[in-house]
Formats: sequence, structure tokens, C-alpha cells
Amino acid sequence: MVTNEKIIETNDVHLYYGKNEALKGITLDFNPNEITALIGPSGCGKSTYLRTLNRMNDLIQDVTITGQVKYKGKDIYSPKMDTVELRKKIGMVFQQPNPFPFSVFDNVAYGLRISGMKDKQKIQHIVEESLKKAAVWDDVKDKLHDSALALSGGQQQRVCIARVIAIEPEIILLDEPTSALDPVSSGKIENMLLELKENYTMIMVTHNMQQASRISDNTAFFLQGHLIEHGKTRQIFTNPTQQETEDYISGRFG
Amino acid sequence: MEETQSKFTQKSQKRKFEQFGRTISFICIAFIVLVVLSILYFVISKGLSTFTTDGVSVIDFLFGNTWRPGEVGENGAPLVGALPMILGSFYVTLLSAVLATPFAIAAAIYMIEISPKNGKKILQPVIELLVGIPSVVYGFIGLTVIVPFIRNIFGGTGFGILSATMVLFVMILPTVTSMAVDALNAVPRHYREASLAMGGTRWQTIYKVVLRAATPGLLTAVVFGMARAFGEALAVQMVIGNAALVPTDLITPASTLTSILTMSMGNTVMGTLENNVLWSLATILLVMALFFNILTRWIGKKGAMKK
Ligand SMILES: Nc1ncnc2c1ncn2[C@@H]1O[C@H](COP(=O)(O)OP(=O)(O)O)[C@@H](O)[C@H]1O
Ligand SMILES: [Mg+2]
Repeated sequence: MVTNEKIIETNDVHLYYGKNEALKGITLDFNPNEITALIGPSGCGKSTYLRTLNRMNDLIQDVTITGQVKYKGKDIYSPKMDTVELRKKIGMVFQQPNPFPFSVFDNVAYGLRISGMKDKQKIQHIVEESLKKAAVWDDVKDKLHDSALALSGGQQQRVCIARVIAIEPEIILLDEPTSALDPVSSGKIENMLLELKENYTMIMVTHNMQQASRISDNTAFFLQGHLIEHGKTRQIFTNPTQQETEDYISGRFG
Repeated sequence: MEETQSKFTQKSQKRKFEQFGRTISFICIAFIVLVVLSILYFVISKGLSTFTTDGVSVIDFLFGNTWRPGEVGENGAPLVGALPMILGSFYVTLLSAVLATPFAIAAAIYMIEISPKNGKKILQPVIELLVGIPSVVYGFIGLTVIVPFIRNIFGGTGFGILSATMVLFVMILPTVTSMAVDALNAVPRHYREASLAMGGTRWQTIYKVVLRAATPGLLTAVVFGMARAFGEALAVQMVIGNAALVPTDLITPASTLTSILTMSMGNTVMGTLENNVLWSLATILLVMALFFNILTRWIGKKGAMKK
């Protein structure tokens, strides 16, 4: 893969919930195999923006989207786009760990089975590999057939990440994946994401400035539906060009 | 000084009031428990007197296939085999549940997953209306529409298990549907989101996630429907033909525990065997009601444990 080729490009994206404009013209690109952090105060549109990238906003009634979102050069909002295939390539991890009320194994195997994989051994192998990559194998290897809901929040979230990894997406969208977890669990997930970076492009919403500065390559700062500033994380955190960015970051650092 | 005193008395008045309320609700609960226990005692003791006073063997009662109370067989034992009614009850219950379940689940899926707008506007009121229709109306419709219909197609009298099944199917459908709707509604939205976000199609999401997560609730709905079908008397009695014969097919007259009970109730004298065996039938109904109750609780517990 050519490194300077963008994997996702968004161009002047506006999104309206009914008449309420939640995104006011976002133009932002993402490089492959990098982690981009989306930061900004609550309600500024980070989750909304993230959900435009895998068309999850389609599920909400009365949403209007204008502008362009391209995945590998293809407009994902064109009528020809197959959203089912798209979402297999662009996985998503939610804020609240949301494993299915099934066993750990069935959770991770879910994506494989709905894609029509029948080979039991292959499924077994991929489930194990995915759980290992998500750094939760040691926690669950003895309880693969117990309900995933019996796990701790941090373990559940890592199982959810394994569930996404199993279908081998190219991009993983993460919406505040650690905000519901304790610091130790969050730390484990951060380390795991850093390892995954080799093979995946990640876009992560986070409220936690330290987290953004620790693991992301790029940072984009949102405010009230506008993209205020974006660039290399180091530069955004040490030398922001916009006053709002500086206020937000320093306010958070206290 | 006076102020504080009045405050104190006010407080203790509140306490008294609370005490009063507690006493009242305790008395009410005790009363209900008492009524239930006495009904249980009454039915069961009467039902058992068939075996204790009249000396009928339990085996003969449960598995005997000749029901002619008042007459005795060649061996001198009374002909009170309840198997025809027991089988009749189980047949109509199972068949109507088997028939109603797919319809109920399909309707619930439509109302929750496919078109919540139409579901709320059209189906919901229809279902609520259907739940409220008294069973005699269902029986009457069965008698004037279903029985002749079946007579025309299959010949015979039209009375029988098939007619009863059809009537019960229509009767339990709204109950099962509305409980299935509740079960699907209780499946958290984030399960659906997770599945769709992984590239699940809408149908895969419904089939592999929503229905699976809702299974305990759906089972409870079906068991509820079965309990209702098992206990329904009037409508069934109007269309089943009430012949106390072991059912051999679905279109000849048969009977259920309830239909024989309502038919014979007025024609027996308290204390006689003919009367006592009816109480024994009632005891079977009671035990089954208890069984359905325990079953739903057990399903609920199993479902809760999975989560
Ligand atoms: N489903 C929705 N329907 C209507 N408005 C919404 C919906 N989701 C979010 N919004 C609105 O869009 C704005 C951005 O929300 P969101 O993207 O969730 O912000 P963030 O993730 O940055 O906290 C908020 O004003 C919010 O109220
Ligand atoms: Mg958000």
C-alpha cells in the first residue's frame, strides 16, 4: 500500500438531524495504518461524524447528509454502495461494551457466521487469533462457552474489539471505547490498539486528552459541529494554531 | 415549645397512618392467600375422594379410555377413564400453540423490526381489541363459520379437534402476539446496532440476534398461550362435539377436560362418584395450571441467568 494514499476522505460533510445541523462542513482525510483521535467537548458532533464513516446514521430517521465521504476513492453514499459490505470493511466499537447475550465464542464467531463461513476449524482458529490480538485470550480461554455478559466491562470491550477484528476490517472506528472502564482496563486497551496499528487504520473518539496524546498519530479537534483544527498529535498538543484548541486542551490538562 | 410538640404529634400521626396502611394491605394479602388455599384444598380434596372414597384406581382414571360415569365395567370397576379428555386437552393446546407461534412471532417482528409505525397505528389496536373479546363470541363464530367450513371440506359433522384448534388459535393469537412484542421490545437497541455495524443484514440481525436474545420471552409467550388454551372451556365446548372418546383423528367429535366439566357440571349430585370424578378432572386442570406457571418462572430464571 502506498503510504500517502488516503484511505478515507471526507469533503465538506454536513449532517442534519431534522433541521438541526450537527456537522457543519467537515473536510478531513485519514492515512492508512495510523490512529486518529477525534477530540472536543460533548455534543460537538464527534460520534455523529464517526457514524457517517460507516453509514450508521442511516439507521436514524430524518437524517440528511451532504458532501462526500470516500473510502478508497469510492463514494460510500453513492446508491451503488453496498452498506453491508462497507461495514465489514469498516468495523465499529461502541462506547458501552455491547457483546451479544451469547457465549464469548459465539460473539466473536458472529461476523464469520453471517458471512457464510461454515468450516468449524477455521472459525475456531480465527476466534482464537482475534481474541489474542484483542489481548483478552488469557482472560477468556477457559470460559469461551460462558456468556460474554458475565465478563467484566474491560473484558467485554476487548471481546467486542475481537469480534470486529475477526471479520478483518481495514478500518476500526472506536467511539470512546474506554470511557466506561477503569484505568487499568483502559491501559490494556490502549496498548492493544497500539499493537493493532500495524494492520488497521483506527479512528477513535476520546474524551481523555492523555489517551489521545499517548496513542494517536493525528488529532482532530471538533467544536459545535465545526472541525477547528487537525494535524499531527504532537503539534496539536504542543503548538496548536487555534485559540479554541489551546483553551480546550489546556482546560483539560487543568 | 408548642410548635415542636405539634410537630412531634404530627410525626407520630404519620406513623400511625403508615401502620394502618400496612395492616390493611397485610389483611388483604392474607385474605387472598386464604382464598387461594381454600380453593386448592376444596378442589383437591374433592378430586381425591374419587380415589379414597369411591376406590377408583389412579391408573384407571388417568389411563382408562372409557368415560361413562355411573356405569361399571365387566370387572365391576366404574368406567371413569379420563384419557380421552386428557388427550383432547393436550391435542388442542399443542396444535393451537404450534399454529399460533409462527404467526405471533411474524406479527411481532413486523411490529417491532419492520414497520413500527404501522404496527403501532394498526396492529396494536387490533390486537388489544381481540384480547378483549369474550370467549363465547369466539365460540359462536367457530360454531357458525369454522364448523360448517370444516364440514364442507372434510365431511363429517365438522365438530372436533380441528375446529377447536382453529378457534383456540384465533383466541390465543393476540395474547401470544402482544407478549412476543414485549419480548422483542425488551431486546436492547445496542444488540441490533452491533450486528448491523458488523455488516449483518437486517434479516440476519433479526434472526440471529434479536430472536435469539428474545428466546426466553418468546417461550414465555407461547407457554402463556398454551395455558390459556388448556383452560379455555366455553368456546371449545361449543365446537369440539363433546364426545368422550379417545381422539383418532382431528375431525370427529372429541372432548377436553374443560368441555366435559362444563357439560356435566349441572347434571350430577354432590357426593356421588359422578360428581367426584368431575372434581378429579378439575384437579388435573389445576395441576396443569400450576405446571404452566412454574414453567414460565423457570424460563424467566433461565433467561435471566444467561444475561
Ligand atoms: N439521534 C439523534 N437525533 C437527533 N440529534 C442528535 C442525535 N444524535 C446526536 N444528536 C445531536 O447532534 C449533536 C452532536 O452529537 P454527538 O455527535 O453525539 O456529539 P459528541 O459525540 O461529540 O458528544 C448534539 O447536539 C446532539 O444533541
Ligand atoms: Mg459521543
